[in-house]
Amino acid sequence: MTMFITTTAMNDTILQLLSYDFFRNALLAALLSSITCGIIGSYIVARRMVFISGGITHASFGGIGIGYFLGMNPIVGAVIFSLLSAFGIRLASQRTDIREDSAIGILWSLGMALGIIFIFLTPGYAPNLMNYLFGSVLTVSDTDLWMMLALTILTIAFFSIFYHTILFISFDEEYARSHKAPVELFNYILLALVALAIVLHIRVAGIILVISYLTIPQTTANIFYSDLRRIIFLSIAISLLGSIAGLLISYYLNLPSGATIIFVFVLCFALAKAVRSVMIKAGLRKSVQNK
Amino acid sequence: MTKLLQLTNVSAGYNDMVVLRDVNLEINDHDFIGVIGPNGGGKTTLIKIMLGLLKPARGSVTRFGEASGSSFIGYLPQVTQVDKKFPITVLDIVLSGLMSSRGKFYRYSRHDNETAHQLLAQMGIGGLAHRTSRELSGGQLQRVFICRALISNPKLLILDEPNTFVDNRFESDLYERLIELNKKMAILIVSHDVGTISYYVKTIACVNEYLHYHRSNIITEQQLADYNCPLQIITHGDVPHTVLQKHEHDHVHNHDSHE
Repeated sequence: MTMFITTTAMNDTILQLLSYDFFRNALLAALLSSITCGIIGSYIVARRMVFISGGITHASFGGIGIGYFLGMNPIVGAVIFSLLSAFGIRLASQRTDIREDSAIGILWSLGMALGIIFIFLTPGYAPNLMNYLFGSVLTVSDTDLWMMLALTILTIAFFSIFYHTILFISFDEEYARSHKAPVELFNYILLALVALAIVLHIRVAGIILVISYLTIPQTTANIFYSDLRRIIFLSIAISLLGSIAGLLISYYLNLPSGATIIFVFVLCFALAKAVRSVMIKAGLRKSVQNK
Repeated sequence: MTKLLQLTNVSAGYNDMVVLRDVNLEINDHDFIGVIGPNGGGKTTLIKIMLGLLKPARGSVTRFGEASGSSFIGYLPQVTQVDKKFPITVLDIVLSGLMSSRGKFYRYSRHDNETAHQLLAQMGIGGLAHRTSRELSGGQLQRVFICRALISNPKLLILDEPNTFVDNRFESDLYERLIELNKKMAILIVSHDVGTISYYVKTIACVNEYLHYHRSNIITEQQLADYNCPLQIITHGDVPHTVLQKHEHDHVHNHDSHE
């Protein structure tokens, strides 16, 4: 009986699902976030900026709390907080003797603390707080999608126009400086893009899980490729396939969508790692035979 | 003889610590200068000043004839400065040597690509162009960096400890190539392996807070002591050395000029 119900659900849903606004929006969100996070996340992973990204993510919770308290869109508060914390971490580690990871630790917890205090002070119950913590790709609004589209276009434009400058500065900052490249300017622009990508994907993946979109597909791509451009394209593909698969699985098994998507990402990563090690062994055997 | 770079009464340091004091140095085309000195003596700071990475606290740095499109200085940093696992191809690393001459909207031409391939082939690593940084050994990466320094046809080539990762065979190879390059460009090479570089360089600069310019490639222990330049002289491999006219031990020679 149960079996039967499941299969009927299977038969009509793919098309039926697409007729639901919420599901179309979720797919669009998955597409846009795969592109933006594919690009920005590859940059983050290449430059070992995962920890600072985690710091920015959690610091932005302070902005969400203040947004609630003042009765405005929490995302606006989060944008301000994420930019301030991103630049704050950079400035603190460059201009003072505070080390970068220590500055991240401080702003990470400060943001969370402020968020909790302001939500506590806000009269009434904060209904979609869980959405900000864990994300909800199924409740993404049209406004969210427009903002994400704008960021996707901005990111694609910036990376395609300045790809080599970004690559060269990221690889060897000091060498780029000796060539009079605008290292600081680029670092700050890219940091701002990282902060914006994080904030706009808090709606999709939540504060706790957003880092997965920025690191897991990219690290998976990095198993096969070690060229930034290829990592970008492959991680976009992995991210898109993983998101769609995750969405469908979560729908049929009635599981939380964000967590399911991440589980699929990690599954892809493990699979890729296994495939790669088999490839390496086979390749070695072949070249030993050829010698 | 064309003047390329001049440091006049340069003092420099970090925070409140002075690393270089009253340094005067003039670099002309066809110069081949070996910079020696103890660790922490200011060799790297001197390079940073020349590259414009560090502003002198006092004194002036003048570059002559920089304006023309091609980049003025080719720079080989220490390999340890970069993240070897960074996702970048060998070809891109070499092309990054054209950064200042191609601008921020950097697009490289087929001609740039060919130049990069030629340089890699000359360095004996032509087959590695499409490999990535993480697949290279330290010595291979060093050669890629040399190609990066040369691709812009610089007037002055600055090398910071080029013999760190390079094997003995490539080391003498490298120095022979430098002599060849020296016909086209001035070279300044930093090393604590005085014994090796002195065979190839024309002049020696001893840096230990102050800079003493020695207009010969032969330097005696007494002179090193006079320059307040305590050094551990290590020579190894097949590379010939002419430094230290009276040295009894061939391999490790501890030299300490402190009284």
